[in-house]
Amino acid sequence: MTFKAFAPTRRQALQLAAGAFAAALAPNLALATEAQVADELKKLFGGKSMAEGKVKLDLPEIAENGLVVPLNLEVDSPMTDADYVKAVHVFADGNPLPQVVTYHFTPASGRASASTRMRLAQTQNVIAVAEMSDGKLYSAKAQVKVTIGGCGG
Amino acid sequence: MISRRDFLIAGTALAGLFAGQPGALAQAARGQTLSQGDLLKFGASGTVTLLHITDIHAQLVPIYFREPSVNLGVGEARGVPPHLTDQAFLDVFKVPVGGRDAYAMTSLDFQNLAKTYGRMGGMDRMATLIKAIRAERGDDKVLLLDGGDGLQGSWTSLKTKGEDMVKVFSALKTDAMVGHWEFTYGADRVAEIKDKAPFAFLAQNVRSVEWQEPVFEARKTFEKGGAKVAVIGQAFPRTPISNPRWMIPDWEFGIREDEMQKQVDAARADGADVVVLLSHNGFDVDRKMASRVKGIDVVFTAHTHDAMPAVVQVGQTLLVASGSHGKFLSRLDLDVKDRKVAGFRFQLIPVFSDVIAPDPEMAKLVADIRAPYAKDIDRVLGQAGSLLYRRGNFNGTLDDMICDAMMAERDAEIALSPGFRWGASLLPGDPITFEQVANATAITYPACYRMTMTGKQLKDVLEDVADNIFHPDPYFQGGGDMVRVGGVGYSIDVGKEIGSRISDMVFLKTGKALEADRSYTVAGWASVNQNVEGPPIWEIVERYVTAKKTIDIKPNASVKVSGA
Repeated sequence: MTFKAFAPTRRQALQLAAGAFAAALAPNLALATEAQVADELKKLFGGKSMAEGKVKLDLPEIAENGLVVPLNLEVDSPMTDADYVKAVHVFADGNPLPQVVTYHFTPASGRASASTRMRLAQTQNVIAVAEMSDGKLYSAKAQVKVTIGGCGG
Repeated sequence: MISRRDFLIAGTALAGLFAGQPGALAQAARGQTLSQGDLLKFGASGTVTLLHITDIHAQLVPIYFREPSVNLGVGEARGVPPHLTDQAFLDVFKVPVGGRDAYAMTSLDFQNLAKTYGRMGGMDRMATLIKAIRAERGDDKVLLLDGGDGLQGSWTSLKTKGEDMVKVFSALKTDAMVGHWEFTYGADRVAEIKDKAPFAFLAQNVRSVEWQEPVFEARKTFEKGGAKVAVIGQAFPRTPISNPRWMIPDWEFGIREDEMQKQVDAARADGADVVVLLSHNGFDVDRKMASRVKGIDVVFTAHTHDAMPAVVQVGQTLLVASGSHGKFLSRLDLDVKDRKVAGFRFQLIPVFSDVIAPDPEMAKLVADIRAPYAKDIDRVLGQAGSLLYRRGNFNGTLDDMICDAMMAERDAEIALSPGFRWGASLLPGDPITFEQVANATAITYPACYRMTMTGKQLKDVLEDVADNIFHPDPYFQGGGDMVRVGGVGYSIDVGKEIGSRISDMVFLKTGKALEADRSYTVAGWASVNQNVEGPPIWEIVERYVTAKKTIDIKPNASVKVSGA
């Protein structure tokens, strides 16, 4: 029997050791911070205040695969010419670049809902900001945990 | 020679001589007798009788299983059931010290009480109890539910990919089951069980990755005792994280609380009088879910292996915890009036194998299942010099043995062993058979790897695993006990956040602090990664026990716990 020893990267070590799930763990890149997300929001909306509510953000509490974390969102709106959702901006505050996606809607969209998958480098917050036709902003935030896993039972 | 069974039935004060401890003596002095009939005594029957078994881990024959002496709760679960052990458990549930229930449900005086009360479980004994209840109530009033982790955890289940237990559950006339370790047989095998087994395999929380379509039937409605009972299934939500995702690559899990509410509402709309959640969430997740999803009458909990002699009520919802390894059968009778649950009676029935007559048909089935593997499972490798057990948040002597085996057989400085909660216990003097080793290691990804890791990497691993157990929000927990570490000691403050729970890591070989930048050779097993190289862990343990002959494990003081 041969016993092979090798020096793994942190990622490999975590993968092997606790029986892991590390494709999603952080590579050696500078990662965004909450402050950077705040800066991005300031660039988009100035200092405009944001209310909580209306935005429903559906994310797993713990990512099963950090490379393709499912994101579903829906904004409560009648989607009429007088009152509709113009756009939803999604940010992740622990990825190399905090912007994830922006969805644009019109009253003809019928519903302000969208689904996608995104990569998350580490445990972090995902923030969605909805821009309404009257200029009001609504936001929602959810933490997604990215773990090495293993050991269940 | 008097058998242990006669001994118990006779209830003679002699029992105390064997037990030798105050608790057992007191029990013996009361002249307590125990018979099959006593175990089956129940108050007035309800409209419908629900029977729950769970986490049997494919234990076909009776075993010893020591409950944990350390089982910490965090956040809202701190210091409340099921996070109570030993004397605190006895106090809260008003269970007498040193009696049969104390033996079955706690670790207090385990070694001695085990000699008095003997092994527990065994599917032939379970069959006797279930048949007796069916005979008393009539099949049309009894529903039998399995909470998952039934098809895995033994040599015969590994070799037959769970078919041994599918046969047992079929013979027991099980109505429905859910899954967790079952998924480690791979998607094709699970699909085959789902399609062929005579019982329902339920899971509302499994979706195909690409189309987000349900993979399993979410719920099934049964007419029992004139009542419509809807049973919703919940698979272990963290299966693809805790176990190899590559074995079930096209399925996604998750808690899916919103969809659970929809299932409950749909069940009511379909005319259900009773809504039951057959769950493998784990107790703390179920407690949170019961507080947020409205309209569930009963949650049969699983996964965390808790055994409690009373139900826990959350609002209008009853939570039942039925233990593990076939040690217990839960009976819950519901009075259904005006299409609603109007009352209940509950009993956690301990399966004392020495006082229950084996059911002949099941005994034959079990013998037939085991016969082809006799050469392996009966092989004696050595002897237990001290009590060998697994459960506990941080360590167990059985895992210490496995860590010692890995360090010795793979020439490693440090060993990591997964915090599985299953695996039977051995008393001092018991032979260690290959079956006993398999009972703690029989998984489909058993490779024992060897590699190098820095002290920093080891700390990262411990922090990550600790957060899976001690995150204050149960929805963020991954389940299992703490990874077992051989060769390293550490301190853990369970009340802190990820990154700051673990401190004072010590390399035990030198007694010096573990160096963040130094590389250490590490052996471990149960990696969820694909294509991991190394011999199966049971071979490593077999070699070690065979060479060592007697396994004596000293009390492990290398983990210092605070913040509980």
